[in-house]
Amino acid sequence: MSQRQIVQVFEQYQKSRMQFVQTVADLAARPQNIEILRNAGVMSMLRPLLLDVVPSVQQTAALALGRLADHSDDLAEAVVKEDILPQLVQSLASQNRFYKKAAAFVLRAVAKHSPELSQAVVACGGVDALVLCLEEFDPGVKEAATWALGYIARHNALLSQSVVDAGAVPLLVLCLLEPEIALKRIAASTLSDISKHTPELAQTVVDTGAIAHLAQMILNPDAKLKRQVFSALSQISKHSVSLAEMVIEAEIFPAALASLRDQDEYVRKNVATLMREVVKHSPELSQVIINYGALSGVIDYVNDCRGNLRLPGIMMLGYVAAHSENLAMAVIISKGVPQLGLCLSEESEHHIKAATVWSIGQIGHHTPEHAKAVATAHLLPKLLELYMDARSSEDLQAKSKKALKSILQKCTYVPGLEPLLYDAPSNILKHVVCQFSKVLPHDSKARRLFVTSGGLKKVQEIEAEPGSALQEHINAINNCFPEELVRYYTPGYSDALLERLDNYQSA
Amino acid sequence: DMAELLKLQSEIKEFPKDQAQETRQEENQAATRIQSWFRACKVRAYLSHLHKKAIIIQKIWRGFTARAPQRSCTATFSMLHANISVKPLCSQIQRRWRGFFVRKYIHNFYARKSYLEGVTMKNESVRRELDELEELQKRERDCLAMVKEQTAKVYQAHRLHHLVSTKQCPGVFNSPFRPAPHEMELLLRQVKYQTPTRLAPRGRARPLGIPSPTAPSFPGTLGSPWIKTSRTCCSRPVLPPIVSKKQQGLYREPGEVWEQRVQCPDLMLCLQTSYTHLEEAQNQLQQKETVRVPQKHISYTNTTTDSHTVMLQKSSHIYWSSHNIKATCLIVCKSLLGSYGLGGRAGYPLITRLAV
Repeated sequence: MSQRQIVQVFEQYQKSRMQFVQTVADLAARPQNIEILRNAGVMSMLRPLLLDVVPSVQQTAALALGRLADHSDDLAEAVVKEDILPQLVQSLASQNRFYKKAAAFVLRAVAKHSPELSQAVVACGGVDALVLCLEEFDPGVKEAATWALGYIARHNALLSQSVVDAGAVPLLVLCLLEPEIALKRIAASTLSDISKHTPELAQTVVDTGAIAHLAQMILNPDAKLKRQVFSALSQISKHSVSLAEMVIEAEIFPAALASLRDQDEYVRKNVATLMREVVKHSPELSQVIINYGALSGVIDYVNDCRGNLRLPGIMMLGYVAAHSENLAMAVIISKGVPQLGLCLSEESEHHIKAATVWSIGQIGHHTPEHAKAVATAHLLPKLLELYMDARSSEDLQAKSKKALKSILQKCTYVPGLEPLLYDAPSNILKHVVCQFSKVLPHDSKARRLFVTSGGLKKVQEIEAEPGSALQEHINAINNCFPEELVRYYTPGYSDALLERLDNYQSA
Repeated sequence: DMAELLKLQSEIKEFPKDQAQETRQEENQAATRIQSWFRACKVRAYLSHLHKKAIIIQKIWRGFTARAPQRSCTATFSMLHANISVKPLCSQIQRRWRGFFVRKYIHNFYARKSYLEGVTMKNESVRRELDELEELQKRERDCLAMVKEQTAKVYQAHRLHHLVSTKQCPGVFNSPFRPAPHEMELLLRQVKYQTPTRLAPRGRARPLGIPSPTAPSFPGTLGSPWIKTSRTCCSRPVLPPIVSKKQQGLYREPGEVWEQRVQCPDLMLCLQTSYTHLEEAQNQLQQKETVRVPQKHISYTNTTTDSHTVMLQKSSHIYWSSHNIKATCLIVCKSLLGSYGLGGRAGYPLITRLAV
C-alpha cells in the first residue's frame, strides 16, 4: 500500500473519533439521552479519548464528560472511580485554554454533587490545578476555574479550608476586579461560599481586602452580580461583631438601601439578609442601621414580597427589637407591628409564622407601652389561636406560647386583655388574670368596663384550686368590687336566691 | 603627823605653785565652758519638749474650734439634740438625688422623644427617596422598552416597505373601510427603502428617513447622588432643528437640484397608473391640442391622463416649475410598484436605482 493510503486510514480513524466525540457531547446536552448513553458504556469509551493525540478530540471528550457528570451523581461517581480525575488534573497544567475550560467544567460537575466527590477532587490535586488556572489570562478559563472552586468550597468548612490553603483567595479578589461581568459574578459567589462556614475563613477573605471591592460593586446595574455581592457581604458579616463592623465601615449603607427597591427579588432578599446579619450582633450596630432609615425600607420590603422572601426582613425587625426597649419603640413607631400582623395572617408556612411570632414577642416584651402597641394591633388573640391550634408545628406553638407569656407579663391594656379571658387555657389564663389583678385596683373606669363587658362574670366562672396563684389573683380582683356585685355574678347565684326564697318565711 | 602634814602641805604648795597658777585659769575657763554648754543643751532639750507639747495642744485646740460651727449647725446635731433618728432623712436626700440624676442623664425622656421623632423623620425621608428612585428606574425601563418597540416597528416597516399602498391599489394596512390609515401604513410611507444589509439597524442607529421617535422626556440626571445611572436611551440631548427663514416665492429648497441631479439622472417618464395610458394620453393630447391652447407649460417629462389631470394641474400650477420632481418620482415609482404588482421582479432594480 502506498503511503497515502496508509495515512488515509489514520485520517479516517481520526475523523470517526472526532465525530463520535462530538455526537456524544451533543447527545449529553439533553437529559433524556444520558441514561441510554450510560448503559451503552460511554464512560469507559470517553476515557482513552481524553488522552488522544488530537487536541480537539481531547477537548470535546472532556466537554462530553463534563456534561455527563453534571447530570447525575452516579455518573460523577463513575468519573471518580474510573480514575479519570488524575489524568484531567495533570493535563490541566499543560494544555491550551479550551482544554482547561473543559477540564475545569468536568471538575465542577463532579464536585457539585456531594462533599465526598469534592473530597475526591481535592485529593487528586484538583484544587492546586484550578488555582493555577486562575492565573491564566483568558477570562473563560478563570470563570470555569472559579466556578469549580466555588462548588468545592460550598459543602463544608474543611473543603473551604483546603481551597483557602491553596492560595485561592487573593486570586479570587483579583478576579473580582476584572471587567467581565460573568467573572465578577462567579468570583463573588465563590467568596460568599468560602466565607460562609467559619469566622476564620471569613477573616481570611476580609484580610485580602475583599470588602472594599465588593462594596464598590454594589453600584453596578447588573442584578445577578448584586445578588452575589450582597450574599457575600452577609456571609462575611454573620460571624462576629468585628466582621460586621468592618462591613459597615465600608460605607455600603445608604447605597444598599436603594437596592431594596431593585427589580430583582433576590437582590432585595439578599440586602435584607445582610441587614439581618449585621443587626443581630449588637445594639450599636442596630442603631447605626436604623439611623440610615433602614426600618422603613425593610417594612416596605416585607409588605411587597410574599413567602420565603419575607423571612430575612421579619427576622431583622425581631433582632432589632430584641436589643433594647428604645430600639423596639423605634420599630413600633415605624409601623412594624401592623405589618407583622399582616404577615401573620397572609403567610401559611409555619416557619415564617414562627419567625413572625418571635419578632412580635421581642417587640412586645419590654414595657407596658410596647405591650399596648402589640395589643392594639389585635395580635394577642392571633397569638393565642396559633398556640392553641393543633395543626401548628411544635416550634410554632412553643414560640407563640413564649411570646404570649412575655407580652402578657407586661400588658396593662385592659381591652386587649379581655378577649383572652374566654378562650385561653389555664397556663395563659393565670397570666391574664394576674395582669387584671394588677390593673383593676387602681383604675375605676377600667373596673366599670370590666363589669359591663362581662369580664367579671367570666372571672367568677373560672375554677381555680384554692391556694394557687390563680385563686389569689381572682381574690384580688374580687376585692376590687363590692360584694353584692361579686355575688351577683357568681354562677349559681340565681339558684341560691331561689333556695333562699324557698326557705323564706314571711314574718 | 602634824609636822609631816605641814611639811607636805608646804611642799605641795611650794612645788607647782606657778604652774598650777597658770593652768588654773585655763582649766577654770574650760570647765565653765563645758558646764555652760551642757546647761545650754539641757535648756534646749527642755524648750523643744515644751514646743512639741505646745504644738500638740494647739493642734487639738484648733481642730476643735474649726469643727465647732459644723457641730452646731448640722441637722444631726440638732436632731441628736431633738432625739430624732437620722437614717430615713439621709435616704430621702439620696433618693431625691439619685432620681434626678437618672432622669436627667441616664434615662433622659426628652432625648428619647427627640430620638424617636428623628427616627420617624428619617424613615419618611428615606421612604420618599426610595420611592422617587423606584419611579425613576421604572420610567427608565419604560423608556427603553418604548424605544425598543419603536425600533422594532421601524425595522418591520423597512422589511415590509413594499406593502405601502399605491394610487391604484390600497395596501394591506390601508383598507378602504377604515376611517384613517393604520399607523403601519404611515410608517411605511415614511420609510425610505434601503438595500438590505446583513444586520438590521438595531438599538442605537436610527434608520434613515424616519422622523425621530417621540423623544421620551426623561430627566437626564437623577436626584440621588449615590446612584450611578445606567446607559439611558436619551442621554444625548436632541437639538432643535435649524429653522431657516422660508423664502417667499417659488424657490426650490436648497439641495433639491443637487439631489435630482445625483439621484434621478435618467428619469423614466412613467405614468402613474395604468399600463397603456401612455398611448391613451397621447391620443387624448392630440385631441386636446386641436381643441385648445395648452395653458400650462408642460415639461416634456410628463403627460397626463384624464382622471389625474386635476391633481396634476393643481400640482403643476404651484409646484411644477420648481419643487418636488423628486416627490413625483417617488410617487411614480410607487405607482409602478402598484401597477406591476408585488411580484414584479423586473421593476425592482429600476426602482432601486431610482430611489437611491
